[in-house]
Amino acid sequence: MDNYDRLFGNAGYIARRIASDISGPAAIPRRNGEPVFSEPWESRIFGAAVALCERGLFEWDEFRERLISEIASADAQANVAAPAASTYYEHFLSALERLLIDKGICAEEEIEQLTNAESRDAHDHH
Amino acid sequence: MSEQESDKGHHPRPLSPAALRAKAIESLLVEKGLLASDAIDSVVEIYEKDVGPLNGAKVVARAWSDPGYKRRLLEDGTPAIAELGFGGLQGEHMVVVENTPRVHNVVCCTLCSCYPWPVLGLPPTWYKSLAYRSRIVREPRAVLREFGLELAESVEIRVWDSSAEIRYLVLPERPPATAEMSEGDLASLVTRDSLIGVARVETSQQAISNG
Repeated sequence: MDNYDRLFGNAGYIARRIASDISGPAAIPRRNGEPVFSEPWESRIFGAAVALCERGLFEWDEFRERLISEIASADAQANVAAPAASTYYEHFLSALERLLIDKGICAEEEIEQLTNAESRDAHDHH
Repeated sequence: MSEQESDKGHHPRPLSPAALRAKAIESLLVEKGLLASDAIDSVVEIYEKDVGPLNGAKVVARAWSDPGYKRRLLEDGTPAIAELGFGGLQGEHMVVVENTPRVHNVVCCTLCSCYPWPVLGLPPTWYKSLAYRSRIVREPRAVLREFGLELAESVEIRVWDSSAEIRYLVLPERPPATAEMSEGDLASLVTRDSLIGVARVETSQQAISNG
């Protein structure tokens, strides 16, 4: 099982500790072959989920449960037919959306409307 | 929106449906005053750059430099890692597995994506993929080859499956000709992939000679 919740409970503490760590002489260059996020929106939605959790809008466990079930159902479907087309962060996005709706933080219609608006905007910008 | 509206020739790269949806959710949360845009930036920065694999790299560099520390680390990972000030591991037991010329260790999580965040930062995308999770157990040698890591047939490969209770960290082999290097310089050689066990630690000279 995932264990993100324990960590995110400590997000503020971790952030402070790391911040002080990085200003010292040990601030060394990193060499990681692979980008952690494959597209910018993935890091945005990740950051949004952590920030909301830090603000106490939900418990990380509540999010984690939904994420696990999103992934599990995609895995199950992938075995039946073709390989899963969805990526980890697509599941992450669906799980967060579901949680926001379940908690009454956002309405499903609001999200639909804004998504459609964003889509129109994207088409108008040329 | 209809398909005909899309302007194929002039769009640099249309946003995917997921990207549009993520953008909409972010705008909505900002609009509601629940989220500031820079709060997202700072979270992402912390996890992408600051936490990173840096903490794990320091643990490895210390183990290479200090035999007493290495012994403690291999005996009981959690307190040894905490010695360097890296916490956030409450409830998770860290087990450090050492690579040698005869044994190569690699870490996965077959169930989901358990990962030692405080020492390795954000997990790479492939770590969570079903392909990695399932194949690394069945055919580790082939998967490692796809990562560019050729291991002789004589090398035993051990695959460690993480769980909520136990997280693994690979102690890679120290590269040759690094005896003169300081602990800080050694840490800068250690990559995230080497701590998961899908790569070796190499000096920049080795990297050049290997192409």
